[in-house]
Amino acid sequence: MKATRKLPKPTQSTSSHCNNFKDGAVVKLEAETIVSPNDAHSLDGNCNSAETVKVSPPKPVQTKGCFVFKPSANKRRKTPTVEDYFTHGCEDTENSKLRFRNCQTLWEKMKADTELLQDELNRKILDSLLAFIRKSVSTFQRGTDDWASRMRAHEIPTAALVLGVNVPDHDMTFQCLSDQLQQSVTPFVVSVQATECAGQSCVCVQRSTNVNQKRVHCSLITLCNWYKTVTKVCTASGTARKKRTSVGKDMQQHPPIVVIFKDLEAFNPKVLQDFILICSRYVEQLPLMFVFGIATSPSTIQHMLPHSVSSLLGIELFQSLSCTQHLASVIDKVILTSQFPFKLNGKVLQVLVSIFLYHDFSVRNFINGLQLALLEHFHSQPLSVLCCKEAAALVHATELSHRDVERLQQLPSFMRYVEEQGPQEQVELLTSDDHVKEVCQKLLKDLCKYHKNYYPTLRCLHILTASLPKYPLGKQIRELHISCLEKNVWENDEYVSTLLEMKTSRRTKKMSQFEILRDQALEFIDSLVRSHLAPPESQPLYEVCYYSSSAVLRRHLNATPRTSIQTALSNPYHYLKNEDLRAEDGTVSNAAPDICIVYKLHLECGRLINLYDWLEAYATVVSAAEGKDPDSADFGKVDELKHARFIQAVSELEFLGFIKSTKQKTDHVSRLTWGGC
Amino acid sequence: MQEGIQCSCCESEQCLSVIRGIHSDDSVEKTFLGNGRNGDKHTCICPIETLVWTNDYTLVQRARCNIDCHCLSMCHCLSMLSCSKQCSYPSIFIYGHRATGKSHVIHTLLKELELPYATVSCVECVSVGLLFEQVLLSLFGSDSASLLSRNPSLSDFVRVYKQLCVQASAKQTRYIVLDRAELLRDMEANLLPAFLRLQELVEDNVTVILLSEIVWDKFRPNTGCFEPLLLHFPDYSKGELQQILSEDSHPSYSPELYSAFINILLGVFYSVCRDLRELSLRLSMLKFQPLFSLPSVKESDTHKLWRNIEPHLKKAMQTVYLREVSSVQWEQQLKMEEKEAGAVRGLSAHAHVELPYYSKFLLIAAYLASYNPARTDKRFFLKHHGKIKKTNFLKKHEKTSNHLLGPKPFPLDRLLAIFYSVVDSRVAPTASVFCQISSLVTLQLLNQVGHDDQLDAPKYKCAVSLDFILAISRTVSFDMVKYLYDFL
Repeated sequence: MKATRKLPKPTQSTSSHCNNFKDGAVVKLEAETIVSPNDAHSLDGNCNSAETVKVSPPKPVQTKGCFVFKPSANKRRKTPTVEDYFTHGCEDTENSKLRFRNCQTLWEKMKADTELLQDELNRKILDSLLAFIRKSVSTFQRGTDDWASRMRAHEIPTAALVLGVNVPDHDMTFQCLSDQLQQSVTPFVVSVQATECAGQSCVCVQRSTNVNQKRVHCSLITLCNWYKTVTKVCTASGTARKKRTSVGKDMQQHPPIVVIFKDLEAFNPKVLQDFILICSRYVEQLPLMFVFGIATSPSTIQHMLPHSVSSLLGIELFQSLSCTQHLASVIDKVILTSQFPFKLNGKVLQVLVSIFLYHDFSVRNFINGLQLALLEHFHSQPLSVLCCKEAAALVHATELSHRDVERLQQLPSFMRYVEEQGPQEQVELLTSDDHVKEVCQKLLKDLCKYHKNYYPTLRCLHILTASLPKYPLGKQIRELHISCLEKNVWENDEYVSTLLEMKTSRRTKKMSQFEILRDQALEFIDSLVRSHLAPPESQPLYEVCYYSSSAVLRRHLNATPRTSIQTALSNPYHYLKNEDLRAEDGTVSNAAPDICIVYKLHLECGRLINLYDWLEAYATVVSAAEGKDPDSADFGKVDELKHARFIQAVSELEFLGFIKSTKQKTDHVSRLTWGGC
Repeated sequence: MQEGIQCSCCESEQCLSVIRGIHSDDSVEKTFLGNGRNGDKHTCICPIETLVWTNDYTLVQRARCNIDCHCLSMCHCLSMLSCSKQCSYPSIFIYGHRATGKSHVIHTLLKELELPYATVSCVECVSVGLLFEQVLLSLFGSDSASLLSRNPSLSDFVRVYKQLCVQASAKQTRYIVLDRAELLRDMEANLLPAFLRLQELVEDNVTVILLSEIVWDKFRPNTGCFEPLLLHFPDYSKGELQQILSEDSHPSYSPELYSAFINILLGVFYSVCRDLRELSLRLSMLKFQPLFSLPSVKESDTHKLWRNIEPHLKKAMQTVYLREVSSVQWEQQLKMEEKEAGAVRGLSAHAHVELPYYSKFLLIAAYLASYNPARTDKRFFLKHHGKIKKTNFLKKHEKTSNHLLGPKPFPLDRLLAIFYSVVDSRVAPTASVFCQISSLVTLQLLNQVGHDDQLDAPKYKCAVSLDFILAISRTVSFDMVKYLYDFL
C-alpha cells in the first residue's frame, strides 16, 4: 500500500552544534535503512550550499560580547569591493579583473535594456492612469458649478490597478507611478503598505506624516487644515513649494492628494472600510484620490468592501500587461538577441523559465537569475575573458596566456574541432600557442556569425509555425529556442511532421502556382533551419559564451531546506568538514553530533519509536565513541549526561519536524517522515 | 378646534398632535391661523412656528425651506430642541435606516436655529481622545483642546469641559451630535453611559444626540444606563421620494417632464432600492444621456421618450448598483453606445486570476483539504485504498454538504500531502513551494487560522469559491469534481 507522504514542517533551522567530537571507531549502521528510495533522489542532486561561500572572502570572525568597540579609523578593515569578492577564489588575478570588467559592462548594458523595456511596458498603463487622475482633478476644480460633478461629489475617484500575483514586482511600477505623479500632477502622493497599517490610526498617521512631513496629529481634520494652508500659500505667493519640487505648468490650483494602497488584499478590510468612510466625509474639502494595487482580480474590491462603502468610490479599472507577456518581451530583448555575447544553454534557460512559470511569476527574479548566471559564468569559466564584443574578444584572444591557451585546448568543443582537422593542422593546434590564438580568432568570428544568423532564422521558423493548431513547435518563441538549443531541431519528429503537413497536397493533380510557391518557400526555410539552427554545442568555442551549469543555478535559486537538513543530519561531514566525521556512504561516524546519531537510529524504526530502546541504542553508540571497552560492565550504560544529551537531541528532532509525541502508546513518539505513517 | 388644520407635507394630524402634546394650550391654533398661507406649494402650513416662539421666526422659516418631507420628524426634533433656554433632556437617540434624513434634519435645524453644537462622526474617532478633542474644539473654540492631556480619559474630558463652561456660561442648550453612535459600543465601556448623562456630569445645559442605524435595544449595556429619548425616522414613502428627487430638477427640462421621469424611474427602481442616495445617483447618471430628450421628439410625446429610456434603465439597474463601473465610465459608455456596444466590462467580469503552476495545485490541494473530511483522503489519494468499500464509504454521516458548512481548517502537513499526490510531476520540496503558500495567504486566497506567530504546525483555510477553483483546475486540466466528497 502506497502511503500518502507526509512531510516535515518547513522549518529552516539547522542547529548543528556539537562539540563532543571524540576519536573513535566508525559505527556502521545498516546502510539500507538509511537511504530510502525516496530520499535517494534528493540526496543525489543535493545542494551543498557550502559552495556558495566560495565567492565571498573569509568572513571576519565575530565574537559575541556585550561591549561595543569602535575601531579607530586607521585600523578599520578595508571593506572588500565587489571586485574583491569576484576575484577571490579565481586563480588568475589579472585575467579575473578583466573578466570582472567584462561582466560588469555586460550586466550594466543588460540591466539598462531591461529597465528601458519595463518602462516602455509600463508606460501605457501609467499614462492612462495619469490621465484618469488629471481628469478627476479637473472635475474637482470645476467644483459645484457643474451639475454633473455636484451629483457625483461624494464619490472618491479610485483607480483599481491590476498588476498580477507577484507583489514584490509591483514596487517598481508604483515607484514609477508616484514619481510621475509628483512630476506632473501633484506633490501629495502617499504610498501605504498593509504591513504599515495594522490599525486604522496607523493609516492616518501614515498619511499625515508622509504628507505633512511632521508628526503632529493623526486626524483628517489636521490634514484638511494643513492642506488649506498649503494650497493658500501656493496660490497666494510665487510658491516656494512649486519651485522646489519643480512642478510643471499643469500643476493645478488644488493638487489632489493621491493615496496609493500598494497591496490591497493584505489590508485589513475593517481598517480600509473605516478609512474610506472617514475620507468620504472630507471629500468636499479635500481632493482625495485612491489607487488600489490589486494582485488577484478586481472582484476583490467587492469582497473586501460592502456596498455601503464601495458606493463611496468611483472605481475605474486599469489592467496591466500579464506577467507572461512581460517575460516574453524580456526574453525577446535580452536572450533572443545577438547583441549580448553571453548566452544561456537550453537547460539553464529551462531552469529560469520553469522557476518563473511554476513558482513565482516574477520577472524580477528571472532577471536576477540571469544576473546570477552571468556572474557564475564569468567567475567560474576562465575563458570567459573572450566573452565580450567581437572586436574586444579578438584583441583578448591575441593576449591569451599560455595557461589560457592550454585551457582552450582542453575545451571539448575545441578538441572536437581539432579532431576534424588534418594531421598537420592537428599537430600545429596542439603545439603552437600562436597558431591556436589565430585559430581562436577565426573561431570567435564564426561564433559571432552563427549568432547573427541564428536569431533571425529562429524568428522565421517561429512565425511560420506559431499559428498552427496545437502549436507543434511551441506557442512561445522561447520554447522553440530551447528545443533548438538542445538538439538539431530538424530531427525533431514534430518539425518533420509539421513541414510535411504544410507541404501536403494532392499529388495526383497538377500542382497550382500557389502550391509550387509554397513548397519552394518551405524548402527555403528548411534549408535555412538546417544551416543556421544547429545547437550551439556543435560550434567550436561555444563554452566561452554559453553558461551551462543548470544544477548550480537551480541550487542557488530554488533552495531546498528539507534536503539540506537531511544532508546535515545524515552526512554531517558535508557541512562541518571535520575529518573525523568523514564516513562511508550510508554510515555515520559515532563521533557525529548527537542529533545525527539519534536521527540515524530513528531511521531504523517504524512508525512508533520506543523512547527507551532509542536511548539504549544511543548510549551504545556514544559509549563506543568514548572509546570504552565493549566488554566492560558500564558499556552502553545510561548516565545522566548521556540521558540529557539524548533528550536534547530528540527535542531538536521534534523541533525539526521529524517526530512528534503521540498518545497512542506510552513512552513512544511517532515518526513523521517516510517509513512512518 | 377648527377643521382643516393639518400639515400639508405629511397630510396628517400627527404633527399637530405632537405639538399639542407638548404645549397643551390653544396657542397652537392661534399661531397657525395667524401664519398659515394656503395654496402655496412650497409654504407648508405646518404649525412649526408654534413650537419655536422663543426662537427667531425667520430662522425657522429658513430651516423649513431646507427640509422638505421631514415634516413629522422635524416637528419631533424641534419639540425636543425648542426650549433652548430651559434645561433640556440629557440625551436623545435617533435611529432610522440609511438615507432617511437623520443627520440632515438635525444639522439643518441646529445650523439654522443658530444653536451651539458639536457634531462628531464616531468612525473618525479612532481614539477617545480624538472624540473629546473634536467636541471641545467645536463647542469652545480652537484653544480648548490644548487643555486636554495627551491620552485623555473621560474624567479629564469632564474636568476640562466644566472648566470651560464656567468661563463661557451658556445662554442656550449646547448640543453634541454623535453620528454612527453604534461605534461607541466598541470603545471604552464607560463612554456610552457617560455620554447619556453628560448633563449631570458636567453640570451644564447640554444634550447629547446619538444618531444610528441600529435600534436602541442593541445599545443598552448589561449594567444598565440612563434611557435616552428615542426618536425613529421612518423610511421615505414613494411619494416622498418623488418629491425629494424632483426638487433637484435639471435646468433644461420642464418640471412636469422631469417629475414624470422621476415617476418612471421610481417605478423601475423602487422595488429593489429605496435608498435615496442610490436613487439620486441613478438619476444623475440617466439624466446625462442625450437620449433623454431627442431633438426630434417633443417633450409631450412621452411614449417615445419612454421607449428611448427603457433599455438604459434596465442596464443601470444591473451594473451601476453594484458599482461595477464608475459613473464616469458609465456616462462614456452611454455616449459611445451607438458606435460600439458593451465596451466596458464590470469589475466582476475580471474574476480570472493568473497563478504560477504550483500555486494552482497548492490552491486545489487547499480546497480539497478544506472541503473533504480528513478521513476520506485515503480514498481519494491512495492508488490502492484497499478495504474501504465504496458503498460503506458513501454513507454520509454528515448529511449536510461541506460546501454549505464552509471551509474547514487543515494543517500544513495535510495540504502538502495532498499537493504531492495531485500534482502530476515530481516536485522537490523547495523553499519556493513554501513561499507560495505564504503568498497565497497574502493574496487572501488562503487564510491562516490562528495567530500569525504560530510557526509550529500552522493551519489554513481555503478562501476561494467553488467556481473559482473549478476555473483554476480547468486550466491545469485537473478533474476537481472527481476529488470532492460532496459531489460523489
